[in-house]
Amino acid sequence: MPLEPKIEYRPLTPEEEVRRRKRSVAIALALGAMVLLFFVLTIAKLGPQVLNRPL
Amino acid sequence: MTSATSTLSPTATAVGGDVPDYFALLKPRVMVLVIFTALVGMSVSHGHVPPAIGVISLFAIAVGAGASGCLNMWWDADIDAVMTRTADRPIPAGRITSGEALGFGLFLSVASVLVLGLAANWLSAALLAFTIVFYAVIYSMWLKRATAQNIVIGGAAGALPPVIGQAVVTGHVGIESLVLFAIIFIWTPPHFWALALIKAGEYARAGIPMMPNVAGPESTRRQIVWYSVFLAPLGLVPVAMGFGGLLYAVVGTVGGIGMVALSVRVLRNRTGEAEKKAAMGLFGFSILYLFALFSALLAEQSLGLFRAVVA
Repeated sequence: MPLEPKIEYRPLTPEEEVRRRKRSVAIALALGAMVLLFFVLTIAKLGPQVLNRPL
Repeated sequence: MTSATSTLSPTATAVGGDVPDYFALLKPRVMVLVIFTALVGMSVSHGHVPPAIGVISLFAIAVGAGASGCLNMWWDADIDAVMTRTADRPIPAGRITSGEALGFGLFLSVASVLVLGLAANWLSAALLAFTIVFYAVIYSMWLKRATAQNIVIGGAAGALPPVIGQAVVTGHVGIESLVLFAIIFIWTPPHFWALALIKAGEYARAGIPMMPNVAGPESTRRQIVWYSVFLAPLGLVPVAMGFGGLLYAVVGTVGGIGMVALSVRVLRNRTGEAEKKAAMGLFGFSILYLFALFSALLAEQSLGLFRAVVA
């Protein structure tokens, strides 16, 4: 059975933690923008009638 | 996952760059140029798209262009590291790893093509996918390091946005956008070779076979003149075809004469500071020329400034 390569870890520096937090916020904003984009796209392609359907 | 593991990082890899580093991977200045030329391609087309669809399509085209720029930076990191103009890019500077850039570029490539297909039509999406593959694979991975004609053939990728723009609006590729494609395609060699004449040493160090390194500066200067002589009348074809008006005709005539005159100046000034000044003069003017041509078209089509020259 092959041995797993051993990875050594170290704590992030405060500056690296700030950078990671900024990246996380940017990813969240990008995901939100994508949801909005697909919402607008759906309305623009299908019109408001997309909401008017039998249940 | 514990809080302890969330603040640990493998020592062997970079811990990720700042948000602006990821944005820089997309070559934002190129994205602006792509949005602009695609918009002009849309404006000269006989058709209509809802504003929301037009904006989303332009956004997808821009992101696709950015993705191809990101993949180019991933592949060319070794070249970028030895050229002063590009040494501070995120990958050679060590702020972002190659793997991150590759993943980022591939994700954005697929996402931009899918969004354009869903928003506009699958012809424009296919053209965007072709543009990304052409720039990232054909140009970056093959032509750039293989032939002095690299930017001649590779220029097709930069010339395609107006064609994609027209496909968004009309669902097909028309003669108008093909003329705009031809203008950008023929404009590319004199534009890049003017810079390559000055940066020949750096390209040689990086092992890139640019025209001045392969055919020599003398041959490059002659070719710059020939391309410019061909470009000047080509720039006026929209007038002859009726989708460029009086304003465009004036800009195209003055700009075309300027391109030829500055190319001849490059041919005549072969040494020292005069050579550098002539080459950088042409490089700067070529950007202004293309921007002015496309701005004139956009202004005529969207601000009602069109006055027909040809009946």
